Parts: sequence; structure tokens; C-alpha cells
Amino acid sequence: MSPDATGMDYWVDLVSAVFMVVGAVMSLGAAIGLLRFPDLLSRMHAATKPQVLGLFLLLAAIGLQMRTWWVWPVLVVAWIFQLLTVPVSAHMVGRAGYRTKHLHRELLTSDELEAVVQKAAAKTAREDDSGDGSKK
Amino acid sequence: MMQTVLVLTAVIFSLAAAGAIIRIARGPSLLDRVLAADVLLAILGGALCVDMAVNRHLNNLMLVVAISIIGFLGSVTVARFVADRREVPGES
Repeated sequence: MSPDATGMDYWVDLVSAVFMVVGAVMSLGAAIGLLRFPDLLSRMHAATKPQVLGLFLLLAAIGLQMRTWWVWPVLVVAWIFQLLTVPVSAHMVGRAGYRTKHLHRELLTSDELEAVVQKAAAKTAREDDSGDGSKK
Repeated sequence: MMQTVLVLTAVIFSLAAAGAIIRIARGPSLLDRVLAADVLLAILGGALCVDMAVNRHLNNLMLVVAISIIGFLGSVTVARFVADRREVPGES
């Protein structure tokens, strides 16, 4: 890319190698977290590491290795897409996990959703008492 | 140096995939399995990224995006239709 590319090439290679190894270690950490954490919510905490930071590091390693500028917008688009989809799926999984009670309640420090759920349950019970009966 | 990185990341990704597969096989609930499958897809995408970076091509980039779409759609769909079928809640 530049005339004195030998020293530059070495450093770019070194940085991208570090990015690749750290990105791989992120997924190993996610696997260890999946195996060792006690319930669904803490496993979800571990599972997001390779999806966001690991993918960012690996895409940055690709961009450094390709030695061109035009590839960076494509990589940024791929990463932003991942950033948009991961919170949605994590929200859905966490919501379903809360509703089906796949959590250890003694491990929570605070549960702000419980008041909302109880209010909604009370409202549903009132509507059932008023007797439309069409909706369960 | 790149070959060393390739071997090292291959070993790390293999261990991570083994851990995710063990969690898929053992996972007490359906949501644990969905989460582990999502992680397994992320590991697969990461391995494809390392292949692209070491061999300096971009053939797999659309595959990485497709893998993230599949993980998103799969986990959202399963989480939407999951139901509690245990008699005693909170035992997992």
C-alpha cells in the first residue's frame, strides 16, 4: 500500500493477528459461560460476547488484512446489522425466559418486571371477572 | 505468523464449538438450547471471518451476514412460541 511497506506490513499483521486471537477467545469465553453459569439470564450475558465484540474484532482483522479502504463500509454494514438484530433476539429470549420462569430468582438483585407482570395479571383477572369470557 | 494464528484460532474455535454443543445437548430448557445454538452460529461466523482474514478474500462475507440472519430469525421464532410445560416451575 505504501512504499515502505515492510515495517508497516509487520505491524498491521500483528494487530490483525491479535484481533483474531482475541475474537476467538471471546467465543471460547461464551462457551465457558454457557457451560458454567447457573441459569438462562446469566448465560445470555455470556452469549453476547462473540456476537458483538468478537464479530467486531474479526471484521476489523479482515479489514486490516485486505489492505484496502473500500472493504470497510461493507464490514461496518455487516457489524451494524448484527448490532441491530442481537438486542431484539436477546429481548425475545429473555422475555420468554422470564415468562416461563427459567431463572433463579434468588440470584436477581432487583426485578423491575415483576410489578408490571402482576399489574397485567390483575387486569386480566378483572376482565375475566367482568365476564366476557371470549378471551382466556 | 498467519499460519500460527490460523492454527491457534482453529483450536480455540473448536473448543468453543464443543462447549456450545455440550450445552445444546445438556441444556435443561429449550431456551438454553436456542441460546447455545445462537452462540454456535456466532462461532461459525467467526471461523469464516478468520478464514477470510488469513487467506485475504471476501467470499464468505455474505455467508456471515446470512448466518447472523438465521440466528436472529431462529431465536426470535423459538422464543415467540416457547411454552412452559413443567409441573414445578423454577427447577432448571
